[in-house]
Amino acid sequence: MENLIRGRVYKFGDNINSDIIIPGRYLIYIDPEKLAQHAFEVLGDGFPDKLRAFHIFVAGRNFGCGSAREQAVTAIMGLGIKAVIASSFSRTFYRNAINSGLPIIECPELYEAVTEGDDIEIDLTGTISHKERLIPFPKFPDSVRELLELGGLAEYLKAQQRKLQTS
Amino acid sequence: MGMTIAEKILAKKSGQKSVAPGQIVDAYPDLVMSHTATWRSVSVMEKAGATKLFDPERIAIVLDHISPAKTEKNALDQQKSRNFAREYGIRKFYDIDAGIAHLVLMEAGHVGPGDLIVGTDSHCTIYGSLGALGTGIGYTEVTSVWLTGKLWMKIPDTYRIQLNGAFGKGVYSKDLMLHLIGTLGADGCTYKSVEFYGDMIAGLSVSERMTMTNLAMEMGVKCAFVPPDAKTREYLDGRLKGRAYQEIQADADAVYSREIVVDLDNLGPMVACPHEVENTKPIAEVAGTHIDQVFLGSCANAKYEDLAVAAGILKGRHIHPGVRFIITPGSREIMLEAMRTGVLATLVESGGVLTNPGCGACAGDGGILADGEVCLSTANRNFLGRMGSSKAEIYLCSPATLAASALTGVISDPRN
Repeated sequence: MENLIRGRVYKFGDNINSDIIIPGRYLIYIDPEKLAQHAFEVLGDGFPDKLRAFHIFVAGRNFGCGSAREQAVTAIMGLGIKAVIASSFSRTFYRNAINSGLPIIECPELYEAVTEGDDIEIDLTGTISHKERLIPFPKFPDSVRELLELGGLAEYLKAQQRKLQTS
Repeated sequence: MGMTIAEKILAKKSGQKSVAPGQIVDAYPDLVMSHTATWRSVSVMEKAGATKLFDPERIAIVLDHISPAKTEKNALDQQKSRNFAREYGIRKFYDIDAGIAHLVLMEAGHVGPGDLIVGTDSHCTIYGSLGALGTGIGYTEVTSVWLTGKLWMKIPDTYRIQLNGAFGKGVYSKDLMLHLIGTLGADGCTYKSVEFYGDMIAGLSVSERMTMTNLAMEMGVKCAFVPPDAKTREYLDGRLKGRAYQEIQADADAVYSREIVVDLDNLGPMVACPHEVENTKPIAEVAGTHIDQVFLGSCANAKYEDLAVAAGILKGRHIHPGVRFIITPGSREIMLEAMRTGVLATLVESGGVLTNPGCGACAGDGGILADGEVCLSTANRNFLGRMGSSKAEIYLCSPATLAASALTGVISDPRN
């Protein structure tokens, strides 16, 4: 995984729940593209198509709350989103993001500072560059870093199986 | 230093003498539950090229969402889950007749005090009603636990919730939880463990405790507990079939990061308004709101006691002609008991329509709402578009408030 993620920010508010991210009726899919077609559609108003012009989500408190559905992460990745930054996350969304290989960062400071459409640069070793500012965030633990680098838990399991079969 | 219930269970399941909040451990769950999502975990396992499970006895599968199958795609997915269970000798497999996974697993004696249970559903927190640590994970992580037997877990810090006084007439643990979620917020307990205490708990049924630990999810908890006691033992008697277990209680000197006190004497019926569970109001503020549909269902409030409370209010009466009343018992065991006691007959005579046990309309399977419609529901979520149209509205309440409102066609106080 590249250490640098650059892109344009789409900004959400607080308590964006996983039923908004992907309604339950689409959980029959696991394919990122199919899920992305219906992501955020309950919000109406040009969703999800208008999100395709953005690369990074920034949100307020409790992003991804509600259902533990992993497809909430898959759908966001299907939209081409490279990272999600929020003031805080629900624990299931946070865990599913790491397990899916989607960089996820808690940074209330950026949420306060950023405006929709701003370009930012994330250095996964611990800083976000926004306008003239460099905003630090806590370093990922090594195990999380490893999962992100491998592209998620499914890839990790594949690698483990290969190891088992060759040993 | 003393430990809380979550700390003790996670220490035990990770082979540590003691643990502290913030510490990350490799824990070995007693049970990993997957529901309708099972086929996805099977797909991940196939893609990984794995064929060996850590322990089939630690796996439980219940087909509860969208069951029986509604489409050929659902049918194929269920077939994949069924074939997996057969091929790998999963004995704790429950098909479409059983009901909602959480209730089925507790009824079948697969959940005991002190257990660590993870599963593909956020409302796994409900297992804390029996003193077990339950928490939700994604389907890929379920595969990982199937194969390795373990997962990393962070030790949460714990909030202590002290309940003083007692529920008044027409007030239930659903009202308590809506009050708490409204006060603390949808993220008020994110990543926390929560323990409930208070003299009134000794008299509280396991059914009411299930509603508490289930709804606790809606304030973001990782897990929630009602410490095991005589009521727990009474519920487990005959269910655990001789299986030994150890009741885990918090130490007297356990450290809590926050104490929250609730005065139940002053608590009245509560309603969660669209489109977030934290948007709660005392019933007086929403009484008179027009409703088109009522849904008596979900893992929060479709247990036998919930159906019986509603039946007690509806007996000998008929619901308002403008209201559709959907009854979805939580499990087959619940449905059978309600059949034997006449509770189901009362509900159907009052104008209700009975569906098969399972998640049903709570997860948008049947009972779909059209534009502009309003549903009053005993479920645990009222999110935008969850039950169909994103121009529909969902209000959440207790079974008593639901029954009183079904009679009048508007949200109504069950105490009147």
